[in-house]
Amino acid sequence: MVLFNESVKTRLKSIFSQLRDDVTLKVFTQEIECPTCKDNTNFMREISEMSDKIKIEVLNFVLDKGEAEKLKIDKIPATAILGDKDYGIRFYGIPAGYEFNSFIDAIKMVSLKESGLREDMKQRIKSIEKPVNIKVFVTLTCPYCPMAVEVAHKFAFENDNITSEMIDTSEFPHLANRYAIYAVPKVVINDKISFEGAVPEDLFLNYVLEAIK
Amino acid sequence: MNKKIHDLIILGCGPAGITAAIYSARKKIDFIVISKDVGGQTVYSSAVENYTGYQVITGAELALKFKEHLDMFDIDLRMPEIVKNVKKEGNIFVVTTDRDTYYSKSVIVATGRVPRSLGLKEEEKFKGRGLTYCATCDAPLFKDKDVVVVGGGNSALDAVIQLAKYANNIYIVDIAERLKADPIMIEKAFSYPKLKYFSNSKIAEILGEKFVEGVVLENTNEQSKIELKAQGIFVEVGSVPASYFVEGVAKNKDGEIIVDCACRTSVEGLFAAGDVTNVFAKQVIIACGEGAKAAIAASEYLVKLK
Repeated sequence: MVLFNESVKTRLKSIFSQLRDDVTLKVFTQEIECPTCKDNTNFMREISEMSDKIKIEVLNFVLDKGEAEKLKIDKIPATAILGDKDYGIRFYGIPAGYEFNSFIDAIKMVSLKESGLREDMKQRIKSIEKPVNIKVFVTLTCPYCPMAVEVAHKFAFENDNITSEMIDTSEFPHLANRYAIYAVPKVVINDKISFEGAVPEDLFLNYVLEAIK
Repeated sequence: MNKKIHDLIILGCGPAGITAAIYSARKKIDFIVISKDVGGQTVYSSAVENYTGYQVITGAELALKFKEHLDMFDIDLRMPEIVKNVKKEGNIFVVTTDRDTYYSKSVIVATGRVPRSLGLKEEEKFKGRGLTYCATCDAPLFKDKDVVVVGGGNSALDAVIQLAKYANNIYIVDIAERLKADPIMIEKAFSYPKLKYFSNSKIAEILGEKFVEGVVLENTNEQSKIELKAQGIFVEVGSVPASYFVEGVAKNKDGEIIVDCACRTSVEGLFAAGDVTNVFAKQVIIACGEGAKAAIAASEYLVKLK
């Protein structure tokens, strides 16, 4: 199966030529009960073939339970983007459509080790000492959603106490129900604080700080 | 606080703002762009079939191509930032956003249009709780649910077409006697069997405890009311120009900023381009052309200042 046509591949290769350090995509899959897992795995394989800096490890959600638990992967299809360490960056569901942008940006961020956040923001994020989990619910047809995902992933990159998940809402209807997702992007922090819409980085950080108070 | 005085501030990053930015970058003008998003209304269009050079392209792809062109230049893009106020104090423009205050010698307003609301008092309460203004974003969330689409133009029918992939019953609620949308859109939408059309109708009330559970429809001809059960309401009742934050400039009765053929406004140094203005025809290709004109006019204005 070929997911990316030649012109997209050429463009991606040129983006990936800027990569510096190795990035590993840990892809969790399962043979049964996960219709899109195979598509996600193929998608990730094709991405990894476009750069020798992008490694791929395909893991079985059931058989490689230990690894899943270590990375706190609790649903599939799942992709964790790791560099020299685990930055807590996760994609649940295929990062296609608009989320392709946030996915490519996450690879670049981990490889180049630069979040692009303002220096004062970095310092404020680094000073967070409590565990923070950020869930960003998206649809793949939502133009605003990648902005929210990118901010969450940047926060996770800057602080090991923070994990950040892009969640394709259509892929996980039980979560859509549980978290009452009626509009996207919807951000849920530590299952405690939630808000809708893509907000600027400093407002986003205020919600994070509110959640760990 | 940002004390630097820029030569130019461009507000908005849709077709007009992006084109203005590309022209300004090539002229090496000192400028920043402030916007809440990239692409503006273009990204919500499922297909653009009248942009010269592309037989058919999705609005999202076209916006991405615009952005790629913009990214060739090193542009200071402040995003997402929402402009709260623009006014001229002496010879300097003061632009206040939700995050900062900026100063410049000239401004191009290219903020486009924003969706019109229903004007119901309970609207705020149900926003993001079943009431939505972005069919392309939120349609996948209403799988097997009953939904109401308010409006009768192309964007309403486009919403129906997108919802048909997911929803169960779809109700079109239209204030007019008959649909204004293009026949080809109507044909496409009505190929969905579970579609019902209510003409001469409007939403009188949204029902529900925390989330949308239904609506009260009022037929304005017969003065009658009925209740419909629905979990989603998609509002597609047109748009209004995003111009309310610009102080002291001449606008028409619809709130559009009045411009001349060089995108000049009633305020010297303040230019406007695209759908936020009274320009004839609101089209992507026209907004691009207007953005180019505004940038050239602003550049000439800046040269004369020096």
